[in-house]
Amino acid sequence: MSETPDLECRAISKNFDDFKAVKDVSFSVPQGTFFSILGPSGCGKTTLLRMIAGFQKPSGGDLLIKGKSMLDVPPNKRPVSMVFQHLALFPMMNIGANVGFGLRQRGVNKTDVKQQVERVLERVGLGGVAERPVSSLSGGQKQRVAIARCMVLEPDVLLLDEPLGALDLKLREHMKIELKQLQSEFNTTFVYITHDQSEALVMSDQIAVMNHGVFEQLGTAKELYYEPATSFVAGFVGEANRFAATVESADSGAVQMVTAEGKALRGVEAGRGLSHGDKVDVFVRPEAIRLSRSAADLAQLGNTSEGKVENILFNGANSQLILRDLTTGAEMSMALPQTGEFRDLAQGDVIAFGWEPQQTRVYRAGGAHGL
Amino acid sequence: MASDRSKLAFWLLMAPLLIWLVTLIILPHIGMFLVSLREKVGVREYETSFANYAVFFNEPLYWNTFARTAYMSIAATALTLLIGFPIAYYIAKLTRGRAKTTLFLMCLIPFWVSELVRTFGWMILLRETGVFSNLLQYLGLVDGPVEMLYNDAAIMTGLVYTSMLFMVVPLVTTLDSLDDSLIEAGYDLGASGFAILREIVIPHAMPGIVSGCIVVFMLSLGNYLTPILLGGKDSLWFTGLIYSQFITRFNWELGSAFGFLLLGLSSLIVFVGLKLSRQSLGKTMART
Repeated sequence: MSETPDLECRAISKNFDDFKAVKDVSFSVPQGTFFSILGPSGCGKTTLLRMIAGFQKPSGGDLLIKGKSMLDVPPNKRPVSMVFQHLALFPMMNIGANVGFGLRQRGVNKTDVKQQVERVLERVGLGGVAERPVSSLSGGQKQRVAIARCMVLEPDVLLLDEPLGALDLKLREHMKIELKQLQSEFNTTFVYITHDQSEALVMSDQIAVMNHGVFEQLGTAKELYYEPATSFVAGFVGEANRFAATVESADSGAVQMVTAEGKALRGVEAGRGLSHGDKVDVFVRPEAIRLSRSAADLAQLGNTSEGKVENILFNGANSQLILRDLTTGAEMSMALPQTGEFRDLAQGDVIAFGWEPQQTRVYRAGGAHGL
Repeated sequence: MASDRSKLAFWLLMAPLLIWLVTLIILPHIGMFLVSLREKVGVREYETSFANYAVFFNEPLYWNTFARTAYMSIAATALTLLIGFPIAYYIAKLTRGRAKTTLFLMCLIPFWVSELVRTFGWMILLRETGVFSNLLQYLGLVDGPVEMLYNDAAIMTGLVYTSMLFMVVPLVTTLDSLDDSLIEAGYDLGASGFAILREIVIPHAMPGIVSGCIVVFMLSLGNYLTPILLGGKDSLWFTGLIYSQFITRFNWELGSAFGFLLLGLSSLIVFVGLKLSRQSLGKTMART
């Protein structure tokens, strides 16, 4: 697209004394995108967000909003708004005063402030609450007020700092959908940071996975899930069974490996350049593994084995089975299909399982380890 | 049985407080009030009347001293707040860990020596042959010795200095409880530093401001040592008048009446202050 992106970071970095919190990160976010930065705590995502908001000064690089450099613009003059982790609604003001705060600072006259506040509150589904105190709202309503308080200023970019972290699980699930709807309704660029992969996967158009101050991978939710570029991403996004192995042979992406216990495995290389003797990490998604009572059924799969049932974690459609591989002794976690076929499976049973080499992603060991 | 026991424990725990309140506060005040209502009509002959209070209202000197004590105390309170607020803000919001403890301790250290010694310290600095006077002469800024004691400015300096801690402590406590993200959210929404101070920081700190002001005002109004030592004979502080009625003139009746008038004055001003700031005493004391 020729359009200038709403937000662009060019080799932005931040050092705290000797510690490099953010290392030369570059990305751009087109208008109207829901952009998530996903990473474990301490990966530098909050620092990055605070630099965009203007609370911290980058040590290097440039930051552009709608094509204009923001380096010398103080936070109260930037066209960005932020929804804080604990929302930071002002307890000394009522809801209307909270939402109208930014407009009042701009010198908008009283009647206009009142109208705009009422309009934005209606858009987030909270019409007529302007006179009530903040403490009268539930967690989800406070969330919406915090978003309304930012959106009434019509910012170019809305920053969200793990705003769902403080909510309970059920409300969090609900707010995920609501946030996504609000974003498409306002058609504003959202930059959302979180350590919760399901929040990022559900809501985002684009996700950047961050670790140790760098972006490990940037892509859509599907790309991250099916084609993780690094072993960190493979381990962090979604569930995965992980083994250590040594490469026997690698031929145009297809890899033959052997584990320390001597079990042969086949998989696909995530990058290129593995050769005989390389140590690798192997990742298999739990839902990629097929189960069967007879080993013959699975013979056509590239990787097969037998295991003893250690535990069944029943959770309806999301039930999980924990097996102990009989040959390698490794613990394997896999999705347990609730089709009734395995309903009578019990602890101690031995069952055959297998998976395709295509579903087996191989990474050179010794890369970034986040888990 | 068990309830008898817990009742006993309750009264035993309450006893020190009750004994203190009854014997040292309530009884003397009742006594003083009764004394203030006695009018001496002859040798060892007394009548009950409001004559002592009438003396106060008929004598302009008493009146003026009373009013002067009140507005000087209010001014001292306002000045303490103006100086104390930035200090408290700095300690609560801009320092962390060790530096915070050290600064807080530095506010406390002067209070390890008695008020008398601290006031003498100010006298050594401010008197005609004192440090400031000599320094000014040495620098050639003045020709002869300068007397800086015995004026209102000296009294004000002493009062502000004496009460600073009692303003800083409640302010630091309330400002400490202000979430930094509220200030950041204010900036983020486009507010200037002044707007944040006016709309977010001060409303949040209001209970601390009010309780600090009450304590400082009471301390200033009832202060005896500082106004007398730094203000000299012309200090005209109401506590000085009470002292002279009790000790110099042996006129306990009038002294008691003055005491009650001072109590009434301080209660009235605190009440007005609370009404103006829309705070309640209970809320203020609970929050700090």
